[in-house]
Amino acid sequence: MKEETYRRPTAGDHPPNLSPDYKSTTGRAPAKPAIALPHSLSEITGPLLADERLDAHENDLTKQRMAEPLGERIIVQGRVLDQDGKPVPGALVEIWQCNAAGRYHHPGDQHDAPLDPNFYGGGRVRADAEGQYKFITIKPGAYPWKNHHNAWRPAHIHFSLFGPAFATRLITQMYFPNDPLLAYDPIYKSVPAGARERLQASFEMDLTQPEWALGYRFDIVLRGRNATPME
Amino acid sequence: MSHALTPSQTIGPFFWGTIVNAYHADLAPPGVAGERIDVVLQLHDVQGAVVPDGVFEVWQANSHGRYNHPDDRRNLPLDAGFEGYGRASTFTDGTSRFTTVKPGRVPWPAGGLQAPHINVSIFARGVLNRLATRLYFDGDPALSDDPVLKLVEPARRDTLIAKRDDKGTWRLPIHLGGPKETVFFDV
Ligand SMILES: [Fe+2]
Repeated sequence: MKEETYRRPTAGDHPPNLSPDYKSTTGRAPAKPAIALPHSLSEITGPLLADERLDAHENDLTKQRMAEPLGERIIVQGRVLDQDGKPVPGALVEIWQCNAAGRYHHPGDQHDAPLDPNFYGGGRVRADAEGQYKFITIKPGAYPWKNHHNAWRPAHIHFSLFGPAFATRLITQMYFPNDPLLAYDPIYKSVPAGARERLQASFEMDLTQPEWALGYRFDIVLRGRNATPME
Repeated sequence: MSHALTPSQTIGPFFWGTIVNAYHADLAPPGVAGERIDVVLQLHDVQGAVVPDGVFEVWQANSHGRYNHPDDRRNLPLDAGFEGYGRASTFTDGTSRFTTVKPGRVPWPAGGLQAPHINVSIFARGVLNRLATRLYFDGDPALSDDPVLKLVEPARRDTLIAKRDDKGTWRLPIHLGGPKETVFFDV
């Protein structure tokens, strides 16, 4: 039987599980190496969530409540691609983020910054046939955390993608270009240099809409299929 | 042309209410064929403490051993209403409960069949990459010749095998590290 398989990440694409500067990893990182699984149907299939019905405004985080949230309105758009540059059509893209003041709509977030009753911070969209997706949101604020003295997360938006298979599942974070906090963030810096820069969106005047919102591009690349089916 | 992979990052602590609420931990609405089962996963850190801010995802074949996916091209029945996917955050005791049906057997590329199993993904604050493991069912006669279990040293296979409690619930502790570290797979 012939089945397509997915390419393995190369060393340097992803952060090591144990990244001691990000302190929580020391209590939560497996010590033993993961066992490489040959790809069977269990790994090359995965949830497509094709029947998941998306409500209007799920991709517009500024229109989910009674009024517009406070903050700088932005457009975040890009493509979901595989390593061959082929679009991943219909990919479900989920995001979540804090508000403009740096506070999450989450009971565990006790940061002394105001909640915005008009900002919930969660969005979903389905990429089109070309893998294109687009969100309207507000620029998230920086927020402090307890990792080390005076620790601040750079502004970021969390992204969750399934891709076509169990093997292609990815959760990541998008950052903004030229953020001075990137140089101090152990989560961003857990990714090896040379790869971490891929997590920065680019500011694009072409995506910016006059009198309305700045535009950022963030393309996401998921694992591609192997060129030769295995026997 | 080769495009560079987007690197992984932690799910962080603040996903609750945004991504998890959209999905159900009940995979099998009434009418779905197969043996109905309850599965409880419990997440532990390296010290053995429970992890109250993790997320489990499950992906499985239906009771006929068919995945609801276009790359599973075998002529086996699909069940209306059964996608095979579930997602749930952990409670304060580190557990997530899924209601589903026991999956059927699926083939192995080199030939033969795999024992019934559920594919599991784990996300949490402090976990930088999706961790993947499997849940097998204690006492299943197919365990002894499962090709994936054979890749695992015998002393660690138990970390993948759920046991049934006195109420019939399948329970599997997942240990991120420590002496009972779960076997994770590079998928
Ligand atoms: Fe965050």
